[in-house]
Amino acid sequence: MKPIKTASEIAEMIQDGASIMVGGFITCGRPWNVLEKVFEKGVKKLTIIANDTEIKDDTGIVKLIKHNRVSKFVGSYVGLNPILGQKMNSGEIEVELVPQGTLAERIRARGAGLGGFLTPTGLGTEVETGREKFTVDGKDYLLEKPLGADFAIIKANICDRYGNCFIAKSAKNFNLPMAMAADFVVAETQKLVEVGELDPELVTVPGVFIDAIVEVSKNGVDRAVI
Amino acid sequence: MNEAKRRKIAERVARQLPGGALVNLGIGIPTLVPNFIPKGKKVFFHSENGFIGLGPGPKAGEEDSDLINAGGKAATILPGGAFFDSAMSFAIIRGGHVDYTILGALEVDEEGNLANYKIPRKFVPGIGGAMDLATGARNVIIAMEHLNKYGRSKILRNCSLPLTAKREVDIIVTDLAFIRVTKKGLVLEEVSEDATIEEVVAKTEAKLTLAANIGKF
Repeated sequence: MKPIKTASEIAEMIQDGASIMVGGFITCGRPWNVLEKVFEKGVKKLTIIANDTEIKDDTGIVKLIKHNRVSKFVGSYVGLNPILGQKMNSGEIEVELVPQGTLAERIRARGAGLGGFLTPTGLGTEVETGREKFTVDGKDYLLEKPLGADFAIIKANICDRYGNCFIAKSAKNFNLPMAMAADFVVAETQKLVEVGELDPELVTVPGVFIDAIVEVSKNGVDRAVI
Repeated sequence: MNEAKRRKIAERVARQLPGGALVNLGIGIPTLVPNFIPKGKKVFFHSENGFIGLGPGPKAGEEDSDLINAGGKAATILPGGAFFDSAMSFAIIRGGHVDYTILGALEVDEEGNLANYKIPRKFVPGIGGAMDLATGARNVIIAMEHLNKYGRSKILRNCSLPLTAKREVDIIVTDLAFIRVTKKGLVLEEVSEDATIEEVVAKTEAKLTLAANIGKF
């Protein structure tokens, strides 16, 4: 059985300077409730690893950025809300831009115990800077190293007490690889069920990766599509 | 650029896609392409955020917060579609399983180099899936205006902006021309019915080789 926590209890575990992977793609599959409690706690100097941000600035990652809680952002896209771009240009936030596929695979590599991988993406571009190049069977590749974090917060639709998660439709996105890659992984779930109630055929994230479960179905929010 | 020209580019690109192809669309003009796939020709669309079978936008009231397109808008999935996570989505892209990607561009050059993600100090929204798509898709079609907003050619001898991918572009479709990128440089294969060959050559900074028979579109 995995511990069942409240979003506030998870926020209490997170200290200044922590690195946090946040699942989701724009608004889809974002763990809103834990993020909100992390904001309320007021921790600073966070490193946020996420594919992108939301478009609006009153919630999620952008809210943390707007209120100066984030010192570094690692992701593939920063153009959805102007606040991150402004803080990037002013030097308030360090931004590491990573091609989206490279980001997903670096996270997966960490979770899979790999020392990195070789990809053709970024060859001949600024992404090459600081990266080793290898030639395999006559083709050139860049070495990309694994990417982990202190915490990963993912969003599930259904979670059982062993931590097995079902994540619906296009909300799987980064929630699956991030669940594999952090030291402490939290599944924010819309619905918690007993062991045996989630069909093993429908498990998106095996419970082995999950360290704590936050159930938000009773009083949490679920944001609609923009 | 007026809507008629954008539609004309999208219509010509749509004609280039063979039945059964798996296609990923970038933002801008590429998003118009599905409107011009003729009935009876089945083309599958890949959405980088995690599915194959991207359909039209949902009806009002039928939006689903778990189902969006890569631009963050509510989406639908067609019968026969498949959902997957981001690592799988980019394995599909990088592994050469996407047949065509259709992307907008800031600049393209004679070697098939593409610049479409960054104008230093002005426009740095990020990379998103562009580098993986341009590198991994089997065929890269650029759908863009021939000239930039200052009236200058976007098809250059050498790109001046940071590259998205090197030597990956296969076809360039603009409001004026259909151009194929070959090992020997750019070949003008078709011109718009509103343009002449001389006009296209004059408005293109890159060197164009003329195909033996230049068609109209």
